[in-house]
Amino acid sequence: MAVGVSEKRVDAYEKVTGRAKYTDDLAEKNMLVAKVFRSTIANGVVKSIDTSEAEKIPGVVKIITCFDVPQYKFPTAGHPWSTDPAHQDVADRLLLTSRVRYYGDDVAAVIAEDEVAANRAIRAIKAEYEEYPFVLDQIEAMQDGAPQIHEEYKNNILNHTQIYNGDYDEAIKEEGLIKFEGWYDTATVQHCHIENHICYSYMEQGRIVVVSSTQIPHIIRRIVGQALGIPWGKVRIIKPYIGGGFGNKQDALYEPLCAYLTTQVGGRAVKLDMTREETFACNRVRHAIRVHLITYARPDGTFVARKCESFSNQGAYTSHGHSIAAKGISAFSQIYRSKASQADAYTIYTNRATAGAMRAYGIPQITFAMESHVEDIAKALKLDSIKLRQKNMMEVGFTDPFSKNVNYFDSLNQCIAKGREYIHWDEKLEKYKNQTGPIRRGIGMSIFWYNTAVWPISLETSSCRMVLNQDGSIQLQIGETEIGQGSDTAFAQMASETLGIKFEDVHVISTQDTDVTPFGTGSYASRQTYVAGFSIRQTAELLKEKILKHANELTRMPVYNLDIKDGNIVRTTDNKVLMTLGELSTEVLYSVTNCEHITAESTYQCKSNAYSFGCCFAEIEVDIPLCKIKVLDIVNVHDCGKLINPQLAAAQVHGGMSMAIGYALSEQMLYDPKTGKPLNNNLLDYKLSTIMDHPHLEAEFVENYEPTSAYGTKALGEPPAVPAAPAIRNALLNATGVSVNELPLNPHKLFVRFKEEGLI
Amino acid sequence: MYDIKALYEAESVENAVQLLTEHPEAVIIAGGSDVLIKMREGKLAGCELVSIYGLDELRGVTMEEDGTIRIRPLTSFSHITKNPIIQKYINVLGEAVDMVGGPQIRNIGTIGGNTCNGVTSADSASTLHAYDAIMEITGPYGVRTVPIHDFYISAGKVDLKHGELLTSILIKKESYENYYGHYIKYAMRNAMDIATTGCSANVKLSDDKKTIVSARIAYGVAAPVPIRAKSAEEFLNGKEATAENIAAFAKKALDDVNPRTSWRASKELRLQLIEELSKRAMTEAVRLAGGEI
Amino acid sequence: MQRKLVKCTINGKYTETVVDVRASLTDMLRNDYRLTSVKKGCEVGECGACNVLIDGECFNSCIYLAIWADGKEIKTVEGLLGPNGELSDIQQAFIDEGAVQCGFCTPGFIMTALEILESGREYTDDELRKLLSGHLCRCTGYENIFNAVKKTMLKRLGKL
Repeated sequence: MAVGVSEKRVDAYEKVTGRAKYTDDLAEKNMLVAKVFRSTIANGVVKSIDTSEAEKIPGVVKIITCFDVPQYKFPTAGHPWSTDPAHQDVADRLLLTSRVRYYGDDVAAVIAEDEVAANRAIRAIKAEYEEYPFVLDQIEAMQDGAPQIHEEYKNNILNHTQIYNGDYDEAIKEEGLIKFEGWYDTATVQHCHIENHICYSYMEQGRIVVVSSTQIPHIIRRIVGQALGIPWGKVRIIKPYIGGGFGNKQDALYEPLCAYLTTQVGGRAVKLDMTREETFACNRVRHAIRVHLITYARPDGTFVARKCESFSNQGAYTSHGHSIAAKGISAFSQIYRSKASQADAYTIYTNRATAGAMRAYGIPQITFAMESHVEDIAKALKLDSIKLRQKNMMEVGFTDPFSKNVNYFDSLNQCIAKGREYIHWDEKLEKYKNQTGPIRRGIGMSIFWYNTAVWPISLETSSCRMVLNQDGSIQLQIGETEIGQGSDTAFAQMASETLGIKFEDVHVISTQDTDVTPFGTGSYASRQTYVAGFSIRQTAELLKEKILKHANELTRMPVYNLDIKDGNIVRTTDNKVLMTLGELSTEVLYSVTNCEHITAESTYQCKSNAYSFGCCFAEIEVDIPLCKIKVLDIVNVHDCGKLINPQLAAAQVHGGMSMAIGYALSEQMLYDPKTGKPLNNNLLDYKLSTIMDHPHLEAEFVENYEPTSAYGTKALGEPPAVPAAPAIRNALLNATGVSVNELPLNPHKLFVRFKEEGLI
Repeated sequence: MYDIKALYEAESVENAVQLLTEHPEAVIIAGGSDVLIKMREGKLAGCELVSIYGLDELRGVTMEEDGTIRIRPLTSFSHITKNPIIQKYINVLGEAVDMVGGPQIRNIGTIGGNTCNGVTSADSASTLHAYDAIMEITGPYGVRTVPIHDFYISAGKVDLKHGELLTSILIKKESYENYYGHYIKYAMRNAMDIATTGCSANVKLSDDKKTIVSARIAYGVAAPVPIRAKSAEEFLNGKEATAENIAAFAKKALDDVNPRTSWRASKELRLQLIEELSKRAMTEAVRLAGGEI
Repeated sequence: MQRKLVKCTINGKYTETVVDVRASLTDMLRNDYRLTSVKKGCEVGECGACNVLIDGECFNSCIYLAIWADGKEIKTVEGLLGPNGELSDIQQAFIDEGAVQCGFCTPGFIMTALEILESGREYTDDELRKLLSGHLCRCTGYENIFNAVKKTMLKRLGKL
């Protein structure tokens, strides 16, 4: 049994010895180096570019400007392609652009012999702009007269969707209802994977090869083809080890440009390595979303009618666009139930960095708003906030008519019970009543809603190939991408489980190559173990069927009395080992009569989805005069179904919690209001948590075997990043009585609120 | 690969002075944690460097016969923290520089670089101000000394003429004897950060530990350069070491400082922090000196 | 282009190479010696991915000039392996504790852990956190990294 065991990572040895090769480790020393010349205005048009001085710099090979590149507009989102034009992502990017829409937009590219020459050339290029006014705030961007960013989207509104249930206007007429209203705001933050995005490209036999740090190799192949206007088969993407992605690399970043640049230097290898500053300023960020919530509740806390308006800051280009805000209002409509609800989501272009996918895709934002709001309602009604949640949250048996998701289990209550016990909720609630003095403590919690993968909004598919070796081991290839989370290890466990071979006899090919790797859409949407599980199980069963057919020929035992256990062909009637799988494989491969290279390959189209629930409990200490929050203790509890690998699952939760604590307390991209220039696009000024910024992170689980899943598992990649921010915000409320509705809860914001409330 | 036009490695202090004189555009590089970053940002790109990193004669902490503590400028932060002389006589300085960045930065960053780049947020600077450090500078015309208060001219600018380099930081016996100090760094995270405000306080108490004989306090990021709160110090000198007096002193310190609003923090927040940190740092200094509050 | 001969010991082996004076130690280790465990995450000394030991102390090699390595003893993760590929205790602990995810920060962390372990001292949890605070990691929340270092420290001291 390999599933459910904390097997060690299949790539751990390579990683602790430094042998794991990431993109830059594979690059050759003498490759050409490309750098991007970026706009120094936030909105406007490039009138002209003078490259004459730059071209004189020794070592400069070629300079390509926005006036030189092909004009095929392409989308960048790492979504599966749709053959239905109505469902295709917005194609609004060019390789380089003369219509610049954010500070740092891609205007020209330098190819040089080395980095120093490339950087000198970048500094020597001069661009002349016609500058337009710019707008950074999404609500301002919606107003009449605001600077127009994409001409075809009036008032900069990329999209507006609604989810309405019941008759809201009728429901609020009920007598005795109490109205609660609040505005909640979240910040623009960045993924901060430690390996920046990097790619290099070269040409081979008339085709373009791009080696890239990406979560989505097969999707990148399509987008490079679209961007260059060439057949997709002319493009080959190779994904080596990846130093984290978190959604930023679920987008075509600079692969299309890099692919184009190699074609401009006769197919010589060109490397495009993002700096950390560029990663912050010119890759993707998480959408800042401002949320307006109204709840009409009965005095006993029953929610009768709920309303949500969310305004999502898209930044300069569409990328994943409205999908993020749209997912947010799904959560709003489902996690709490009421007679009627109205949710409107708007996604609005601004002149900030483009927002794309980031771990948990709209749910950290809406959860911050909802869970803060629920806490405020509980406080106003003098109710226990957990009881208030339990009274109104999604009931067991609830079915979402759209996704057909069913709430099979009492996961939320089970998770709450565990978290409550860990943090000593009742005892602390009592203890922290009526505190005075400058340093106070508090506890808070939050629940969350999530789902798994992208069906039915998009295609969900996974393809897998298994190749049996002479010794009975297999190679496993799959389109789902290891980017650090440990999916290769989980896949090996699944294959081992179904095939009946040892875990160490499953060799997962971590390097993905679109020429070789079966089609899969990549790593995102917490889909890896769920979606890959289907194709792994299906392919393993196919392979097993083939193996047992040969076993039948070799042993003369009927197939239904045969099985594979621990790498052996076993007769199930007496558990006798008849031969090893290695013996069978060798015999079959070299058979002069029945030779076969035993392989299996299949595609599984997934047409299901699964809820994934959980909660966070946090205990904090607030130093009021210093306007600072210290997290003392924190626990996340998840029901992600059956754990494939408990140790790796817990590790995944730790990482999400850490990211969420940063989201809660310190992370925020800042832009200069005068120029639109990013102010803190480096790891010193962007306050990502260090090991000294949070305490021990406790990860706990409730394991309800997910019935729609091949191995009982469901989403865990993203959900850990969701609930900590509102839990900490609610703990602050508990400690001080002060509500802060704007993330991050840093000293700047606490200072202002503590002053307003007379605490300092 | 850094965009360095030319790099000259000094073999001695005299050689460094000579190289700087010969190359009037050259910039001194000590540990590099400041210069190399500016170079990468493009600010110093294409410039000439005189590296003094190899000058071991500029490393270490010693005590002179008259009790003066001599800190050589290339001593790394971590070596200052670990140094027994520092630990015994001005432990607060070791504690302060142990809050710079993270461990690797503390191994490469030097106290000389920290002061010579003239930034107000330098973690060593407030403590050196609070201990009346004297900067010993060597140049083409010999050696001169200047009090640290005069060494800082304006943001990013110190009293170092081209061809000169800092060769020692001196702390006189009367500046540290019987003084006990405490430094508080306030930053947005607990490591790998620069100070939003830093506050270094030290105090000498009467023999009965009841009266403040002499109090000194200095800040980083309370003004364009590190500064002392002289009028607040005067207010506290000779007073009883009580919570009330220290609270009044902390309020008074606000008259001595001049923080600015920037995107890193508002003036109002900094003033709030300065008052609170003054109180906490001075209270702790009194406690370390044997007083009871 | 100005060049200089740099003689140093890398992972126990005496070496000589002529470097471009503009090179960082990261450049030299990665390009001249192909020691690609030394990672580039920020190139300004903020992330710790390029951390190596120089004369027993940790340095971010990205902000250390290659020429300064002359006469120094440098150690990278590649130098920790036994002659038959045996892992050192700290590497094994990273595996056992689940401290590895994307792996990009791992070599740098391991080298800092080595400096901590080689001091032979027992540190409190707070001290250990401070000693590890020069590295950023986005995958692990530092939880299992901390556990790996702490357990190895206690094992070496015979306390676990």
